[in-house]
Amino acid sequence: MPGIPSRPVAAALAAALTTTALAGCALSSSGQPDDDPKTVVVVTHDSWAMDKKVIADFEKKSGYTVKVRPTADAGELTNKLVLTKDNPLGDVVYGIDNTFASRAVASGVLQDNTPRNRPAGAASYDLSQESGAAQLTPVDYGDVCVNVDDVWFHKHGKTPPTTLDDLTKPAYRDLFVVPGATTSSPGLAFLLTTVAAKGEDGWQDYWRKLVANGVKVDASWTNAYEVDFTGGGGKGDRPIVLSYASSPPFTIPEGKTRPTTSALLDTCFRQVEYAGVLSGAHNTKGARAFIDFMLGTEFQEQLPDQMYVFPVDKAATLPPVWARYAKVASDPWSVPAEDITAHRTGWLRQWRDLTSR
Amino acid sequence: MRRRRRGGRAGVLALAAIPLIVLVVFFVYPVLGIVGQGFVSDGRFAPGAVLEVLGRPRTGRVLWFTLWSAGLATLVTLLAGLPLAFVLHRLSFPGRGLLRALVVVPFVLPTVVVGVAFGQLVAPSGWLGGLHVEGTAVAIVAALVFFNVSVVVRTVGSFWESLDPRREQAAAALGASPMQVFRTVTLPALLPAVVGAATVVFLFCSTAFGIVLTLGGLRYANVETEIWLLTTQELDLVGAAALSVLQLVVIVGLLVLTHVTRKDAGHVDRAAGTGRRPRRGDAWLLGWSALVLAALVLPMLALLTRSLTDQDGRWTVANYRALAGTAGGTLPVSALTALANSLEIALVATCFALALGVIVAGLASRRPARATGRRAIAVFDGVFMLPLGVSAVTLGFGYLVTLDQPPLDLRSSPWLVPIAQAMVALPLVVRTVAPVLRAVDDRQRQAAASLGAGPLRVLLSVDLPAAWRALLAAAGFAFAVSLGEFGATSFVVRDETPTLPIVIYRLVSHPGALNAGTAMAASVLLAATTALVMLAVERLRVGAVGAF
Repeated sequence: MPGIPSRPVAAALAAALTTTALAGCALSSSGQPDDDPKTVVVVTHDSWAMDKKVIADFEKKSGYTVKVRPTADAGELTNKLVLTKDNPLGDVVYGIDNTFASRAVASGVLQDNTPRNRPAGAASYDLSQESGAAQLTPVDYGDVCVNVDDVWFHKHGKTPPTTLDDLTKPAYRDLFVVPGATTSSPGLAFLLTTVAAKGEDGWQDYWRKLVANGVKVDASWTNAYEVDFTGGGGKGDRPIVLSYASSPPFTIPEGKTRPTTSALLDTCFRQVEYAGVLSGAHNTKGARAFIDFMLGTEFQEQLPDQMYVFPVDKAATLPPVWARYAKVASDPWSVPAEDITAHRTGWLRQWRDLTSR
Repeated sequence: MRRRRRGGRAGVLALAAIPLIVLVVFFVYPVLGIVGQGFVSDGRFAPGAVLEVLGRPRTGRVLWFTLWSAGLATLVTLLAGLPLAFVLHRLSFPGRGLLRALVVVPFVLPTVVVGVAFGQLVAPSGWLGGLHVEGTAVAIVAALVFFNVSVVVRTVGSFWESLDPRREQAAAALGASPMQVFRTVTLPALLPAVVGAATVVFLFCSTAFGIVLTLGGLRYANVETEIWLLTTQELDLVGAAALSVLQLVVIVGLLVLTHVTRKDAGHVDRAAGTGRRPRRGDAWLLGWSALVLAALVLPMLALLTRSLTDQDGRWTVANYRALAGTAGGTLPVSALTALANSLEIALVATCFALALGVIVAGLASRRPARATGRRAIAVFDGVFMLPLGVSAVTLGFGYLVTLDQPPLDLRSSPWLVPIAQAMVALPLVVRTVAPVLRAVDDRQRQAAASLGAGPLRVLLSVDLPAAWRALLAAAGFAFAVSLGEFGATSFVVRDETPTLPIVIYRLVSHPGALNAGTAMAASVLLAATTALVMLAVERLRVGAVGAF
């Protein structure tokens, strides 16, 4: 009976076509043009988080509608902007950090911008003039530091390490886990810490010792902290991890007041995150207004809770647990942005060879 | 008579043009757009730099690891998957539908999450810590197998199911032992489907990205991770272009190889039964399959456990409750809304992939008398496999730099997501449907035609009844691919309407124990949804068989 199948088949085809059409309508009805001068498109990294109320306040005050496009990490974000320079992905970029700043500036993806009201103390995070201070405005910073699980060390009757050199000692063999420098931005920050601390010709030897002492290199911060760290979510096997100075407050057990982990403040690298107006932005005025807003008290005070970073505004009030337990390094390690740009690829290739056995 | 044939050929060419145009616009053009940048320096064509990269010793090491890890993983996947395909598609027993659905689940799980689940399993304190495979290539290959078993089970299984059982019965009646029957009758008939599945698995494995990064502890790099590194971190477009060319060479070589070894399939019978009851002789097959299933379930269990516990290891449903929220503003929408987005997009992507895939499979299964015609069809068939073998990063960056100007100003179009996913699902649809169509006895079509049936009528009354099961399997697969796709999607997804894997990725890369837990819960949600969809497809299959 060859004629029979055609009916269910035709019905199925019709149903499929109808659903496609319906779903397609639903898909396209949510589309809006990007060229609207009343819209500000913010391109940022995927750690972006902000209270909807804060954004709504900006929209009410300024009359602009904000569209946020989170995309990958700081490095990939920068490269995407470079590749789409002629037809930018948005109006304003937030999240380029000091390890990628000079690449963005040198590629000409940004235009000059002078914010209207800069908060107290913000200028100390500025890039140098030649690295693009005129184009990138510091918004926040965070310290990437080695963290230790104090509870683990207490339980095992050992003293936790305090310095970079401690990490190469036999007492801490097989206890340290770090995200990779080639695949994660805190990992790159730690590589730069060692470059700053041990010198351009000395860091390779330090890493050789780390490797000999059993350091574990993971692909991402998530894997290091959430899987391998004893104090993270996964109850791993290593009590020393590379994370942030702001991580400890998140390890306060329920019903308790003290964190179970702490950051080693002698091992920190300072990451500063910047905002800038993209060249070729459709809405330059809106982009400038948004950067001004990011420097305002309302946005600045939300930064710790939303994105786990410190506001550049010294006058901003920190959340209570941050004020107590999220310490910043008084004298963090640093490498000038132009040195990073000049040597990044070479350092990363050397690092890759050192850590892959 | 002659004029009619020429008209037929014009029709065929017109039909072939549809999927070809889609492939060119949404695959060839974007990939050339980004790879081309590596070949051009100062506005001039300069391939020298690319050749220099190919000569680096590191490139050789990366290529070697890609080939052997993907090859080994493919072999193990076949060993694990073929017996399972038999058990789940030729035997009939209670719970079979559930198991079939379960097998597909790993395929859609986000690699970030599987990376975490596997990492915990093989960590020294994990359930499999005693195996000491942490950070080794063994862990990578195991995870690749975990992802791809479903490809073998579904593509080979749906073909095996429609294979005419009377030939095997005849051989057995003539005194062949079960092993002889398998070797001389079943295996030769199955071979095209097996080769097709192996090709797809190899391509998936050689372009694996998250797994190699997460489980290899950065000690291993394949071509895919290297392209990612060069493009996103070092902005070395020359190096990335060189490796993309290398990927293309590998895939073309593979396709030529499979074409050369391809033989004619066994005949399929549209009245094939739903399978027989297990016999005592099946014991070792059943045992082996149970082992494979256990190995598939273990990481899923680890995931489930993690989603139901808090930081201190206590049982909780807090992670699931958080699915309705936006993690305090981290996410543009809740995980539940993202699931709705995913389903909607998957539906559209499935329709695209099926429509194009059926055309391609239909044309690719034709057997023209002349050699040039056969060669043209082989090439036609092959080009649609290309999306599987090319890096998602390359394609994603290609979309960014090419689809940004009218008339192709699609960078922020809602259609780009399902189209990108359909490009990835298309080869699977073709590989599932084509072997079945090819196995339809051409004399049936000739008989129908000589009785006065037009081409459409032949299609509906000869091909469709035979291919019906394979079509459903392909639809389910396309749906699963779309639900789980992350690489290309992350480049083109609209921020207001993220898919569930995108949301899971953002949760997992955010500090905070609840975020990690919620990501696990969201993965379980994705897995459960996939299983339900597969179960629904299973039901459809049974209904359809009953209708014929």
